[in-house]
Amino acid sequence: MRIAVDRRRVDPLRPSRVPAGAASDARPADPAAARPAGLLRRALPAVLRLAALALLLAFLFMPERFAPLFAPLTQNGAPAIYARTSLVDLTLGHLGLVFGATLAGGLVALALGILVTRPRGAAFLPLSRTLVQIGQTFPPVAVLALAVPAVGFGAEPTLIALFLYGLLPIFENTLAGLRDVPAAAIEAARGMGMTPRQRLLRVELPLALPVILAGLRLSVTINMGTATIGSTVAATSLGEVILAGLQSGNTAFILEGALVVATIAVLVHDALLILERRVGRRAAGAAA
Amino acid sequence: MIEIDGLSRRFGDVLAVDDVSMTIERGSITALVGASGSGKSTLLRMINRLIEPTAGTVRIDGRDTATVPHETLRRGMGYVIQGNGLFPHWTVAQNIATVPRLVGWPKARIAARVDALLDLFGLDPAAYRDKYPAQLSGGQQQRVGVARALAAEPAVMLMDEPFGALDPIIRAQAQRDLGAIQRRLGTTIVLVTHDMEEAIRLADRIAVMRAGRLLQDATPAALLADPAPGYVAELVGASDRAFRLLSLRPAAELAEPGTADGPPLDADVSQREALGALLSRGADAVPLAGPEPRIVTLAALRRRAEVPS
Repeated sequence: MRIAVDRRRVDPLRPSRVPAGAASDARPADPAAARPAGLLRRALPAVLRLAALALLLAFLFMPERFAPLFAPLTQNGAPAIYARTSLVDLTLGHLGLVFGATLAGGLVALALGILVTRPRGAAFLPLSRTLVQIGQTFPPVAVLALAVPAVGFGAEPTLIALFLYGLLPIFENTLAGLRDVPAAAIEAARGMGMTPRQRLLRVELPLALPVILAGLRLSVTINMGTATIGSTVAATSLGEVILAGLQSGNTAFILEGALVVATIAVLVHDALLILERRVGRRAAGAAA
Repeated sequence: MIEIDGLSRRFGDVLAVDDVSMTIERGSITALVGASGSGKSTLLRMINRLIEPTAGTVRIDGRDTATVPHETLRRGMGYVIQGNGLFPHWTVAQNIATVPRLVGWPKARIAARVDALLDLFGLDPAAYRDKYPAQLSGGQQQRVGVARALAAEPAVMLMDEPFGALDPIIRAQAQRDLGAIQRRLGTTIVLVTHDMEEAIRLADRIAVMRAGRLLQDATPAALLADPAPGYVAELVGASDRAFRLLSLRPAAELAEPGTADGPPLDADVSQREALGALLSRGADAVPLAGPEPRIVTLAALRRRAEVPS
């Protein structure tokens, strides 16, 4: 299986947005009349994100306040809000799993991507690619089932599953990013006497960074949802709420767990996207 | 002085450079001319060992470059490539400072050098220092590329089709600027080009290459007057040769006392320009500016341009 490697395809989640400059060009002649609308349009995404964040935090810390909202989904007087474990603890555990696995996967994928783009490591490219692709195609549930006998229940098997599942986007984007570095820049760096290490650290990685970050963002977003299965092997994750809902036939629990995971995923994705754009502008040498 | 001795490079079955020997004088501009695939770029890149020779040696001021670590060798030589290869994520100042930073100059010296070079290339330091390459025109990028190559005051500068990406008007200006800067700094320049016109305009010596072999290595005048039969003669062009020959020499050289009608030509025009003026005026003689009245005649130009065949 091949996953998207170019910037365009790598980004199925990026909303298509009119650039701020284009929007201001299209403004009508009378600035006084147009400014509030333009400002609103530009501020709207930030306002929506802050609102989503506030709502999420309110739900995590005071879930019982939202009981009336979820009550219609319950039957036979079952509880509307999952209360067996604190949602805050579950969320922190969930985030810990995702970021831990992504950090480890990111380091390994980045190192592997750098290795196979060096002349000495080029021979390992097909092998690395195959291994990383297996990591992505092997179902995480199966990884869990295989890992539990080896490492026991809890966070460890989940971290292994998420680590393997998140490698591919980062690896492929590291490759794409490093390959996209202008050949003339690399030739100039060599010709001026940069050592291979200086070339990598001063020229190649800074220029590839936006694409690598896009891979990291994709990996985090994918694993945010995948981490819910960790609860089947007793890892602390928001999957616990969903599983409880499945076991007791409580739709309210399922929806609560899913909404919290989805909201976190969207917010983290947006935050990484903003970071990536900032880095991207620097790498492209845009106006300061 | 760069001494190239029996230099060869083989890529698989192809001899890209085949037993080339030549000497490049200190402070001169040498043009390596040939079609693509002639081995001229490979030869250039063997001077700073971006490509390792299969056989032969390169000595710079008597020292075999094989005994110098690659990075040290390259930091001591300017290097300019087609399309300039500026680092897009660095400002103009950071780009120019590349080699001084690599060799560990103090910050103040680097900053002063960057500003001096920007001045030298006609770019206001205050306005351009902090710009990024994407914010510059093609001609400005090219100048920054050359400034970057000259930053650490190298004795030698290698240039691979440095004007290839410029449009003709900017290219002519860039060539004039390079000539002026070279005369001022005394840098030894080795320049690769496929453009014979450019080589004649800029170089003190022209080395013509084909299929990896050095066919002729001579001054522009000698090359035009007496090209090696076959490829070099073809490249020099039988019909253009006379014009090119005239473009090398000043008209003042042929001036004789006398007067003629029409406005006088500038004292520093080439013989080619004088011929152009004669033809467009339909005259047999044109006046040349100078302290005493003097003229350039069609007859004198004709004698000069005559090529023995």
